[in-house]
Amino acid sequence: MPAPIRLRELIRTIRTARTQAEEREMIQKECAAIRSSFREEDNTYRCRNVAKLLYMHMLGYPAHFGQLECLKLIASQKFTDKRIGYLGAMLLLDERQDVHLLMTNCIKNDLNHSTQYVQGLALCTLGCMGSSEMCRDLAGEVEKLLKTSNSYLRKKAALCAVHVIRKVPELMEMFLPATKNLLSEKNHGVLHTSVVLLTEMCERSPDMLLHFRKLVPQLVRILKNLIMSGYSPEHDVSGISDPFLQVRILRLLRILGRSDDDSSEAMNDILAQVATNTETSKNVGNAILYETVLTIMDIKSESGLRVLAINILGRFLLNNDKNIRYVALTSLLKTVQTDHNAVQRHRSTIVDCLKDLDVSIKRRAMELSFALVNGNNIRGMMKELLYFLDSCDPEFKADCASGVFLAAEKYAPSKRWHIDTIMRVLTTAGSYVRDDSVPNLIQLITNSVEMHAYTVQRLYKALLDDISQQPLVQVSSWCIGEYGDLLVSGQCEEEEPIQVTEDEVLDVLEGLLVSNLSTPVTRGYSLTAIMKLSTRFSSVVSIYGSSIDVELQQRAVEYNALFKKYDHMRPALLERMPIMEKTASNGPTEIVQTNGETEPSVPDTKHPPLVTQPANQVTARSHDISVFTIDGSFFVTDDVLLNQWFNI
Amino acid sequence: MMRFMLLFSRQGKLRLQKWYTATAERDKKKMVRELMQVVLARKPKMSSFLEWRDLKIVYKRYASLYFCCAVEEQDNELITLEVIHRFVELLDKYFGSVCELDIIFNFEKAYFILDEFLIGGEIQDTSKKSVLKAIEQADLLQEEDESPRSVLEEMGLA
Repeated sequence: MPAPIRLRELIRTIRTARTQAEEREMIQKECAAIRSSFREEDNTYRCRNVAKLLYMHMLGYPAHFGQLECLKLIASQKFTDKRIGYLGAMLLLDERQDVHLLMTNCIKNDLNHSTQYVQGLALCTLGCMGSSEMCRDLAGEVEKLLKTSNSYLRKKAALCAVHVIRKVPELMEMFLPATKNLLSEKNHGVLHTSVVLLTEMCERSPDMLLHFRKLVPQLVRILKNLIMSGYSPEHDVSGISDPFLQVRILRLLRILGRSDDDSSEAMNDILAQVATNTETSKNVGNAILYETVLTIMDIKSESGLRVLAINILGRFLLNNDKNIRYVALTSLLKTVQTDHNAVQRHRSTIVDCLKDLDVSIKRRAMELSFALVNGNNIRGMMKELLYFLDSCDPEFKADCASGVFLAAEKYAPSKRWHIDTIMRVLTTAGSYVRDDSVPNLIQLITNSVEMHAYTVQRLYKALLDDISQQPLVQVSSWCIGEYGDLLVSGQCEEEEPIQVTEDEVLDVLEGLLVSNLSTPVTRGYSLTAIMKLSTRFSSVVSIYGSSIDVELQQRAVEYNALFKKYDHMRPALLERMPIMEKTASNGPTEIVQTNGETEPSVPDTKHPPLVTQPANQVTARSHDISVFTIDGSFFVTDDVLLNQWFNI
Repeated sequence: MMRFMLLFSRQGKLRLQKWYTATAERDKKKMVRELMQVVLARKPKMSSFLEWRDLKIVYKRYASLYFCCAVEEQDNELITLEVIHRFVELLDKYFGSVCELDIIFNFEKAYFILDEFLIGGEIQDTSKKSVLKAIEQADLLQEEDESPRSVLEEMGLA
């Protein structure tokens, strides 16, 4: 049988395939050849065949039949075989299949091999994909190697130990003795991996954390040496000595200093030194500064240091590099609650980031902006945020609109400003506004009694312009239904009152009913509004009686009946809604409505009460706030009113 | 820790995949496909970082290859960019002005270099020189394997 083709030959051949089908054919042919070669237990070419299989696996083709062959390669004495065998094991073997356990013995032998590069292969494989069982079996070997003086092996053993601890946390204890002298090492590889190991142990065990706190002075010393030492070509990156090690030490210091005053104080000076002396012209310096800031903010640092950290973030925001701006915004978002005033100083820079091209930066800037809004800056901030709302991508609009409503509710300087802001949101991003905003807005509007005329006028004008944005249309319909009389009588004080007749208003509402743009819910709102206007306007209106939507149909039939049989009750039933008070700011709210003449009693959430009252009084209790949701149950309130009367 | 690293071309061809957590083959394929789509859709003006599932993705494009790492919430994205850069430098030094074809035809060597640089997603050695030296020595061992020694040589008599 001719020798199997070489790896590079196969790669070259496969790349000449012009179609997926052609490639598949070549692969299948080669796989068949490899399979028979495996069956023949060919030792010479096993390595070559497995390598080819790994290539085909990367292209997406199945290669599981090579798993056992990888194990045979690992068991071979030749280094080349072992190299490919271990690579294959890492790529093909799955810890969920028992076959991977067959590796354990080979790895054990190789961990004790006379050649350090073989030991290295074993440590690497165990450290990358060792299963819990393998880790349990081999932890002792790893621990032995952690104590060796050979730095090449020691550094690998440290990372292997990290993996063992991640897989089997109970084994952490056995590595404790070996950690004794790790930080005394001169070799940067060992130092780096040791710091990683110590970090892993401290993160997982409060006892270990307490035990290793005493290392803080040593860590500070190592970090200081790195900063103060002269140029070291072996570890230099853009003029900075071993930035990778610096970052890891800073991270370990963060964990050790967290919630401990003494440790935090011990690292205060070095943190200030790193924060002020690190070169910021390249990414690598900024990476160190970033880690320093994270550490300062997380430990019990003094306020001067914290301000220094926030200022670094502020400078990051002005950096041309968008990656730097991105991490700055992320970090500021984390600290805005605890260090609010310091972050406020950078407000204008943050607001500028709203105009950034990167979507993630914009989102963070938006979140941060909302977090920074307060009573003092509300007017200025809202201007920027409304401008952002106008021009931002659709994916932001819902969140931004909600944020604007929340901020306006908390900090509105005046009722007029509040209404104007709501109007602006409804008209610019009306279709993105969340469903629950509509009842909240209605409640807000009823509360601003002196603004009713102004509000209804503005909403009416908005409707004339655009009836496509459903939340806007719904709120407008409701307002016109309630305050339509104010609209036609031209009572607006805040701005020039418009001239509009009752017929014109009714035409607009009827237009909403027939428009294709209106959803069934919107039609419900406008139908009810027309009904209400029947008592406020002098002209009687015909009811839109037939509709595919069952809710609307029922509504229309009941309203019709109201006109025909119970016309004498109509004015009382459709009286102006009293101001609704929220009894709780979140969650279901009991809304008690009376006409003022009877005592409000404790509402019963479960059953709409049957009230026996004389005809000229209307007392009703409502269900909880869910009554006002968009699915049409808003009308249940009116239903309750109507049903009570029909049941008497 | 780094959860995985992917290298892929602009056409969406995978050139290297290193996973540091046990993941089912089927899930790996799905994640690779999804992530490649997300990264390849990014515009040049965007940052090198994005959120994907519960991970942070750090990616950088070198010529025709995307180097893409997934790290966890507490990891430093800026230093991850440096890790990627260090790996590229190692490849560059080893292959001499590395290009995508080098990685295609010598993928196993690219893996060997990566495995000498990272274990379990963490850096083993921060010295470029040290990592390259180890690879060089290992390659020598491999060559010794391949060149047959005479019986006399084996006995140390020639």
